[in-house]
Amino acid sequence: MAKSSATKLAAVKPAPSKLATNETQALDRLIHEKVRLGIISALAASGPLTFVELRALLKTTDGNVSVHARKLEDAGYVTCTKGFEGRVPRSNYELTAEGRMAFEKYLDHLEAIVGVMRAR
Amino acid sequence: MTQNEDMSAQRPVAISDHALEQLRYIRDTMERTGSFTAVPGWGGVAMGTSALVAAVIAARQTEMRMWGIVWMCEVVLALIIGTAFILRKTKHGDRSMFAAPGRQFFLSFSPPVVAGGVLSWILYQQGAWAVMPGMWLMLYGAGVVTAGAFSVRVVPIMGLCFMGLGAVAVASPAAWGNWFLAFGFGVVHIVFGLIIARRYGG
Repeated sequence: MAKSSATKLAAVKPAPSKLATNETQALDRLIHEKVRLGIISALAASGPLTFVELRALLKTTDGNVSVHARKLEDAGYVTCTKGFEGRVPRSNYELTAEGRMAFEKYLDHLEAIVGVMRAR
Repeated sequence: MTQNEDMSAQRPVAISDHALEQLRYIRDTMERTGSFTAVPGWGGVAMGTSALVAAVIAARQTEMRMWGIVWMCEVVLALIIGTAFILRKTKHGDRSMFAAPGRQFFLSFSPPVVAGGVLSWILYQQGAWAVMPGMWLMLYGAGVVTAGAFSVRVVPIMGLCFMGLGAVAVASPAAWGNWFLAFGFGVVHIVFGLIIARRYGG
């Protein structure tokens, strides 16, 4: 898929600045933000993770994980299941099929950009 | 070339670099996520040490039934040690033992170990002691390999060592069985336990 996107982009050969702008616009802005990208990448790599695990992995604050995970949840990219382990509340996050597709599409876009620029 | 033209010519290169940077960030995050291992290194060392002690005690037994009981007790002790160290490690890392990686590990590890338990009971009733050391090592190794698929690379490698050792044990004289168990559950556990403890913490 990445190869076909790269070929398609190379065949059109727009002006460099135009190509860059188009590709930036094509990138999923929701995933593009660093913390959200980290959350999606971590969930894609390991399956469901707890809030605490995500915070530790991304080395960020409670607020950051909370806000960005919520945005991904609203977009339908992740699901959050709240529960208790003993008396401790636990939030488990999981990537949805839609989220995985969006992540793969985002990766394809990045690879296409790098591919086109390397071909020049 | 005007300043604007100059900037537009440079812009794609910057975006390409940014795309590369994003790809690197994704790779790093995915690697970091996968580098967690619920397998406790120091737990492995403790289990290995108890296995060596069990091997010495088992070697002194004159009846095969008593030899088997010693190793059965060692299995229970090793399970308690392993579980205690996993709990300690997950708690220390502020992780839940039953969340993601830990849960995956147990779901993959359990089936071969349960199969080993059932087969041991059948072989015990038939008095087929000679087959047990090799079978225990192979099935334990199979559990570690499958569970290790979700963990750091050293874990499945440890599992393969157990399986290889088990295969050799099955083809070797029955009298060597105790020492295969000592080497496998003792030395292999200690060596890999130290590697895991030093490289992956705890």
